[in-house]
Amino acid sequence: MSTSTSYKNRNLLAVIGDEDSITGLLLAGIGHINENQKKNFLVVDAKTQVSTIEAAFQEFTERKDIAILLINQHIAEKIRPTVDRYQQAFPALLEIPSKDHPYDPSKDSVLKRVQKLFGE
Amino acid sequence: MSGTGARENVFATRMALTNTKLRLKGAQTGHSLLAKKRDALTTRFRAILKKVDEAKRKMGRVMQLASFSMAEVTYATGDISYLVQEQAKQASFKVKAKQENVSGVVLPAFEVDRVAGSDFNLTGLGRGGQQVLRAKEVYAKAIETLVDLASLQTAFTILDEVIRATNRRVNAIEHVVIPRLDNTIKYIMSELDEMDREEFFRLKKVQGKKKRDTAAREAKEQALVGETPPEFEDFGDGDGPTDLLSSKDEDIIF
Repeated sequence: MSTSTSYKNRNLLAVIGDEDSITGLLLAGIGHINENQKKNFLVVDAKTQVSTIEAAFQEFTERKDIAILLINQHIAEKIRPTVDRYQQAFPALLEIPSKDHPYDPSKDSVLKRVQKLFGE
Repeated sequence: MSGTGARENVFATRMALTNTKLRLKGAQTGHSLLAKKRDALTTRFRAILKKVDEAKRKMGRVMQLASFSMAEVTYATGDISYLVQEQAKQASFKVKAKQENVSGVVLPAFEVDRVAGSDFNLTGLGRGGQQVLRAKEVYAKAIETLVDLASLQTAFTILDEVIRATNRRVNAIEHVVIPRLDNTIKYIMSELDEMDREEFFRLKKVQGKKKRDTAAREAKEQALVGETPPEFEDFGDGDGPTDLLSSKDEDIIF
């Protein structure tokens, strides 16, 4: 596996989320700006285009230094086909709840697979 | 029976038969080993599956708590999001990957790697420093939960993939390789039997012909014996010995 050699230097977390989630996570210290002035987080509000979210999602999943990608569930919902298509192990994709959108396990792409495996 | 189904392209010889039998044995051993591996992985997978489910639900609660503490901060200090975003330069909260081995499959596990003491410069947050600090701690805890969940989930994804691959191999051996080798063995056996039968038939035929020939000759001899004793008399009584003697003598002299 090509991933087994490369996950050693994956040590960042990346976030796509609304302002509150991002603020909280950055407060904990996950924020990182690399030498190319690329941030590892994207603030999504009501005005953010879906294409911007898609692009950020692609960028974060292709970066070699990100181990875990966190995405707010209501934002994941906007790019659901892309999220569902994402099957790679690295970076690990986690859907997290946000302040005004409580967590719904039935929408999570991983949990859906879990349910499917339990259901059979 | 032997001609049906796919088989290897080999000559029907005893050596090929031995080789194919050995290969069949190897395939059966491989099959049982792979099946064992699959069972071990599936056991592990089920355990992880359960944990993933639990951790996801736990994460829901933890994140709720974290959001609540964030709301407290906002209430106490006003909006600090811009400030916090501007101050993000270097991550102090990172993860480290280590690996774990489950029956030959490398599963990565993430570990929190936190650089302590790199506090935010809280200038301008005159009020509510307490709340900010608390929110920070709560979020750090929440992220730890998330990191745990991420390693579980990564393990889940990788195991899922590996189990699929193993299943494919097990099924391929069971339904393609072993039947094919079986067919090959049956084919070689039937060919060899066929050759045996042919050989047997040939021998029988040769024997039959020999018998027939002997019988014919004997009949002829019988007939000859019955008919012409005088010929023998003729052969015996005349000039034979004298002829022989004379010619022999000449040869020896020469």
